[in-house]
Amino acid sequence: MKNNVNRELPDDVMSALDYKPYETTNIGNPDIQRVAPSVHVQTGDDKLVDSIEDVVKATVKDGMTISFHHHFRNGDFVFNKVMRVIIDAGIKNLTLAPSSLTGVMNDMVIEAIKAGTVTNITSSGMRGSLGDFVSHGNLKNPVIFRSHGDRARAIEHGDIKIDVAFLGVPNADKLGNANGMDGKAVFGSLGYALMDAQYANKVVLLTDNLMPYPNTPASIKQTQVDYVVQVDQVGDPDKIGSGATRFTKDPKELKIASTVNDVIVNSPYFKDGFSFQTGSGGAALAVTRYLRQAMIDNKIKASFALGGITKPTTDLLNEGLIDRVMDVQDFDKGAADSMHTNPKQQEIDASWYADPDNKGAMVDQLDVVILSALEIDTKFNVNVMTGSDGVIRGAVGGHQDAATAKLTIISAPLVRGRIATVVPDVTTVVTPGDSIDVLVTEYGIAINPKRKDLQESLGHLAGVPVYTIDELQKMAAAKVGTPKPLEFTDRTVALVEYRDGSVIDAIHEVKD
Amino acid sequence: MAETEERLRRTMMFVPGNNPAMVKDAGIYGADSIMFDLEDAVSMAEKDAARALVYEALKSQDYGNAELVVRINGDDTPYYHNDIKAMVKAGIDVIRLPKTETAEMIKTLEADVLAAEKEFGREEGSTHLMAAIESAKGVLNAPAIAAASDRMIGIALSAEDYTTDMKTHRYPDGAELEFARNMVLHAARAAGIAAFDTVFTNMDDTEGFYRETRYIHQLGFDGKSLVNPRQIAMVNEVYQPTAKEIANAKNVINAIEEARIKGSGVISMNGQMVDRPVVLRAQRVMRLAKASNLVDEEGNTIEK
Amino acid sequence: MEIKQTALAGTLESSDIQIMLSKGTDGITIDLESDVEKQFGDQIRKVITDTLAEFNIDNVKVKAVDKGALDCVIKARTIAVAQRALQTQDQPAWEAF
Repeated sequence: MKNNVNRELPDDVMSALDYKPYETTNIGNPDIQRVAPSVHVQTGDDKLVDSIEDVVKATVKDGMTISFHHHFRNGDFVFNKVMRVIIDAGIKNLTLAPSSLTGVMNDMVIEAIKAGTVTNITSSGMRGSLGDFVSHGNLKNPVIFRSHGDRARAIEHGDIKIDVAFLGVPNADKLGNANGMDGKAVFGSLGYALMDAQYANKVVLLTDNLMPYPNTPASIKQTQVDYVVQVDQVGDPDKIGSGATRFTKDPKELKIASTVNDVIVNSPYFKDGFSFQTGSGGAALAVTRYLRQAMIDNKIKASFALGGITKPTTDLLNEGLIDRVMDVQDFDKGAADSMHTNPKQQEIDASWYADPDNKGAMVDQLDVVILSALEIDTKFNVNVMTGSDGVIRGAVGGHQDAATAKLTIISAPLVRGRIATVVPDVTTVVTPGDSIDVLVTEYGIAINPKRKDLQESLGHLAGVPVYTIDELQKMAAAKVGTPKPLEFTDRTVALVEYRDGSVIDAIHEVKD
Repeated sequence: MAETEERLRRTMMFVPGNNPAMVKDAGIYGADSIMFDLEDAVSMAEKDAARALVYEALKSQDYGNAELVVRINGDDTPYYHNDIKAMVKAGIDVIRLPKTETAEMIKTLEADVLAAEKEFGREEGSTHLMAAIESAKGVLNAPAIAAASDRMIGIALSAEDYTTDMKTHRYPDGAELEFARNMVLHAARAAGIAAFDTVFTNMDDTEGFYRETRYIHQLGFDGKSLVNPRQIAMVNEVYQPTAKEIANAKNVINAIEEARIKGSGVISMNGQMVDRPVVLRAQRVMRLAKASNLVDEEGNTIEK
Repeated sequence: MEIKQTALAGTLESSDIQIMLSKGTDGITIDLESDVEKQFGDQIRKVITDTLAEFNIDNVKVKAVDKGALDCVIKARTIAVAQRALQTQDQPAWEAF
């Protein structure tokens, strides 16, 4: 069958997993029923457990679904410690349902798959050796990729039924009151982990910093926690920060960032009380800096900044240029520290952030978002999941969710090395073109033809040539040439859900 | 040289000639002129490779409306003749001669370029020239250098070598360059060609860069040589005309149009005759306003 | 024609390609390393081969490490390495440019 972004989906897998093809970005107003976890009643006096072995023995059985969060990113020690014990215990057929998988977890996941410990995975994404491993057909069942908002939706629906959540925290008391702000390996917001804490049948906290009871402020509460395990170290504080934290000096990135800023400032949304999300990476930090100057020059303040937060954003909060920061994760220590000191920086969970099946998510109120792309096609469909070689090397993250903003800007170079970013058809559709409003490249911008209003306001900016997306695609092809088409087998190695739980694309095994 | 009068030359961006990433991306920053460097930015061992790289890039890459310039190696090097041949064959707009000290050097270059044009079947006279002045002798001979050839489109001051020659170095206030800047500028104006100011290399001193650019703008330079694309927007900002200048220029342009319609040879505004310098200045203001996207092709102010 | 000496041109910087020529006896053999081998490997080999043909080099071992170079860069680096291998960099073969 084909879905509404013209992607051929495998009928057998779709019917076996009872999936619907993607139709529309419009969520509508359905009535839905959320699930609740089971509770093993106790007074809380015996939660402290000596070892991971004991807690695994008490909680994990063959065929269960277990989860982790990825707030420690590449500084994570918890995932590997727990998975080591689970593999060694000979447990089989687990579904791994972390909020995402970072590079430091790759070797362990591959070992767990080879041992038969893990037979299903759902995640926001995967990279490196694990993406390569899965793309070569080494996991029997297809991986299910979900956005952060979709994961929250799936947990609330019971599509992901977490039996045991193993959640690393930099502090906790003996009953499980914990936050992400105090201790050695701090990461700030616990946004993604809060879903697991609320919905998993068993919640196991792992910490290297046992605090006197009661420990406040408590993001995860004692009412949610079954076990607290003390370990020597939950993470490496130096590796928690993700990507660039310094202002880029790369002239091409700066050129794109300054054009993104021009687009924002000249859009109808740049007015007092607007809201925005910029994400991480050098170019995003640069956009934030340009935007700061534009806000000062035009005497405009933002009502809130959303999503993954960086220090340049919390600096704007401290300067009074943003009224609130709504924080689902922190990309650097500066942002994490700021959550501690500034009450206007609100920790939000993934549901509040982006779950579409909601009584209102933050992304529904978002005016402007800047997102990246590995590829974008002439229908404005975006791929942030597979590389130009067809191999899995990315993550949905909040891409589909934040793209519901009133002005969704894709910021990407026209070509990277010899690889075109703007292509006739993306390898994998992650975010549908209907959500995308403007593409900004170093050569100029393209405006989604559905946004006639933006054609008007952005058509005559100094130094910002406007092209059609087809023209940009042809420019890219003229530079790099036409690549040989990628070859895949018929085997489905992953499905990408849209945020409503329908399937937007299937990823196939690469042929080498 | 009517054609050279039309062109804005606010920014001339240096691009190291042996760096593929920078050579291929040189067109994206909106520089008025792009100067591929085969000289100081390229080590002796890589002169042949840089020449081939710039050649192939010029033949295949789209640099939009930018004026394309190549700084060749000097006539005292073994690379000089091959640089000229390769660049003429590639169809370069302008060849920039470094360390120019005499009008004879330009005349020799002109003859070498003409020979290359003949050899490769390029239209004779289509390769323009410019000179970089980098010594006391060059500064003193600047007027003759600027007027040495009909192919000359500009003359540039290169301060690093010049200050060394003058037994000084660069200072923030630029007093050491005062005489050279004025010589180069006067030589250019007397010959009817463009004048380019020297580079400013400290990327961390934004304030100093603005100060120097405002100063050379005030003197009357066409523009500045740049080492980093980030400087382009800053120069354009300094050269951007004010709303009042644009309004005034539009009145002058309208008066010209009225005179043309009336078939009158005399342009008058508010009952007063408009002098030719006023007309020229108005036309330049409108060109700058268009380049800064302050007015559209018809000269109407673009609402922001 | 055979080359006179082993030669190298280009760098391992992004967007560049480093090409080494050494004497060979088995026609033109190309050992290519590239992140875009799947999509552009054939095209890269073709540009190298065509450019070597301009120099009438037909017996040579080519070792190329590509870092995402465009065709114009591949051609320029092949010209440079061919002239170095033939010891003719001071008398460029303009017809190959």
